[in-house]
Amino acid sequence: MTLTATPPSQARPVQRRPHTPSQNSVARVQKTSTYILLIAGTAVFVIPFLWMLTTSLKTAQEVLAYPPKLLPATPQFSNYPTAWTSLPFTTFLINSIIITGLSVIGNLVSCVLPAYAFARLRARTRSAMFALMVATMAIPAEVTLVPTFIMFSKLNMVNTYWPLFLPAWFGYAFFIFLLRQFFRSIPQEITDAASIDGAGHLRTLWSIFLPMSKPAIAAVAIFSFVGNWNNFLTPLIYLRTQNNFTLALGLSLFKGQYETQYNQMMAVGIISLLPILIVFFLAQRTFVEGVRLSGLGGR
Amino acid sequence: MAQVAPALETGTQGTQGTRRRTSKLARREARAFYGFASPWIIGFILFGGGPVVAALLLSFAHWSLLSTPSWAGFANYHKMFADPLFYKSIVNTIYFGAGSVCLGVVTSFLLAILLNQKVRGLGFFRTVFYLPSVVAGVATAILWVNILQPDSGLINSFLRFFGIKGPGWLVDEHWAIPGLILMSVWGAGNTIVIYLAGLQSISPTLYEAARIDGAGWWSRFWHVTVPMMSPVIFFNVVTSLIASLQAYTLVLVMTEGGPNNATLMLGLYIYRQAFEYFDMGYAAALSWAMFALIGVATALQFVLARRWVHYDA
Repeated sequence: MTLTATPPSQARPVQRRPHTPSQNSVARVQKTSTYILLIAGTAVFVIPFLWMLTTSLKTAQEVLAYPPKLLPATPQFSNYPTAWTSLPFTTFLINSIIITGLSVIGNLVSCVLPAYAFARLRARTRSAMFALMVATMAIPAEVTLVPTFIMFSKLNMVNTYWPLFLPAWFGYAFFIFLLRQFFRSIPQEITDAASIDGAGHLRTLWSIFLPMSKPAIAAVAIFSFVGNWNNFLTPLIYLRTQNNFTLALGLSLFKGQYETQYNQMMAVGIISLLPILIVFFLAQRTFVEGVRLSGLGGR
Repeated sequence: MAQVAPALETGTQGTQGTRRRTSKLARREARAFYGFASPWIIGFILFGGGPVVAALLLSFAHWSLLSTPSWAGFANYHKMFADPLFYKSIVNTIYFGAGSVCLGVVTSFLLAILLNQKVRGLGFFRTVFYLPSVVAGVATAILWVNILQPDSGLINSFLRFFGIKGPGWLVDEHWAIPGLILMSVWGAGNTIVIYLAGLQSISPTLYEAARIDGAGWWSRFWHVTVPMMSPVIFFNVVTSLIASLQAYTLVLVMTEGGPNNATLMLGLYIYRQAFEYFDMGYAAALSWAMFALIGVATALQFVLARRWVHYDA
């Protein structure tokens, strides 16, 4: 993208030279050019959203108009209810909420426990098992896709929600790794004190590790939420009956059936974004903090 | 991953001298370890290592899901090496992977530096740049199909404003993958967040020292920021390469591999063989080819990393 082509230092000439020579004016040029680049970048990143929004309010004719118009003549707010009811999107929404909810809870429980083990509990095989776990992050989903599908079809779980949330209850390497990095930064003395007071491992985890690592837990929760909410391939493979579909899957179905009605697609697209936007806005600060403190970026 | 290795050994202090005395305690602790780790251990057997081994066995079989599997020897691999679509999908995968990683890693690094300046409304700017990566998947794909429309699309309308005739992005064989690369950069927010985390952990004293030595903007960037960030850059290159080599959702929704298989990538081809043609054995063989491709690419990254990644702070 073009916005990065100019290095910040040469973006704009200085208008007024202050008394202290180079230091001050250089700082000013940098500040001004930083704003220019940020605003230009914001434009590039935001325009697709605005486009999505205006398209969702156009008539079918306006979407196909040539040359294209940026804004609709009269905003077609009726696109939203029309699109939403053209397929059972309320059912899809409920399905998405159930599957995502069960997955997020599962991810949290099943990643916190192994993370504690890898961070604090000593066993002879720990290093080897940890290395193995990190290695699994490199396995492409496609490799495990076919055997996993076969396993679930043998269990008669195809076209149920089980294959969509059950794996989340058995740990996820990236999350365990992230949480473990965070747990390791909690001083040993604190847990020693707790164990002298007679706290078991579960107790220590619950009343010391979890409260002290809220940002990391929040990060995992959001990564898990976004990942499961947007998951497309797994529902596509396992769900057969339309009534079981998720929002992400329903959206694509919409595309196939109404090839030209971009306006309605965009309307449903925007609705399906709302839950994610709400979650992200609520937790943005904790989330960024969580990644930073967990030492993922630091080393 | 390289970051892991040094971290493995620490934290196991004091077991040596007191081994005999604490052996009972140690055994109890080991039992607790296996108990706590059991979700992952079971998960690894059911959803990780188990399926990987099963995929290897399956790649030596013929199976259409309906019939019982029959031994095929190397037939699937022979078929693979004679399949022009296999080679085409490999080339497309590498083209897309290399293109999106190069463009994405550089762009998001520069954006992260911008977002690390002290400016007003930083939270707003950070949210804006992070948003697209949250909107991942189908919604993004449908949106970008619209933006990349040859006539009515946003980009070509913009170019027409300057009198430039834009290419037929997703419909022209030569412009289909560049179109996909362009859209992948838009969703680079995760990379930006990780870069930001890295930038925040660089000690300000290093910049102070460089400033005292008379280093200008460029030289501070080149001699402080880039070396200090090299482990993070490396992390992002490795993980985003792994992710983009596995890309399937966007091609499946946006182009379905077309036009004329110009965007057929390995992930999509595996999906098609397994769940459209029900050739499970061949799909398993292809998935092992993909594993090998990612393995080689990742190993290559680690070899090259010795030349430019600095771990000592």
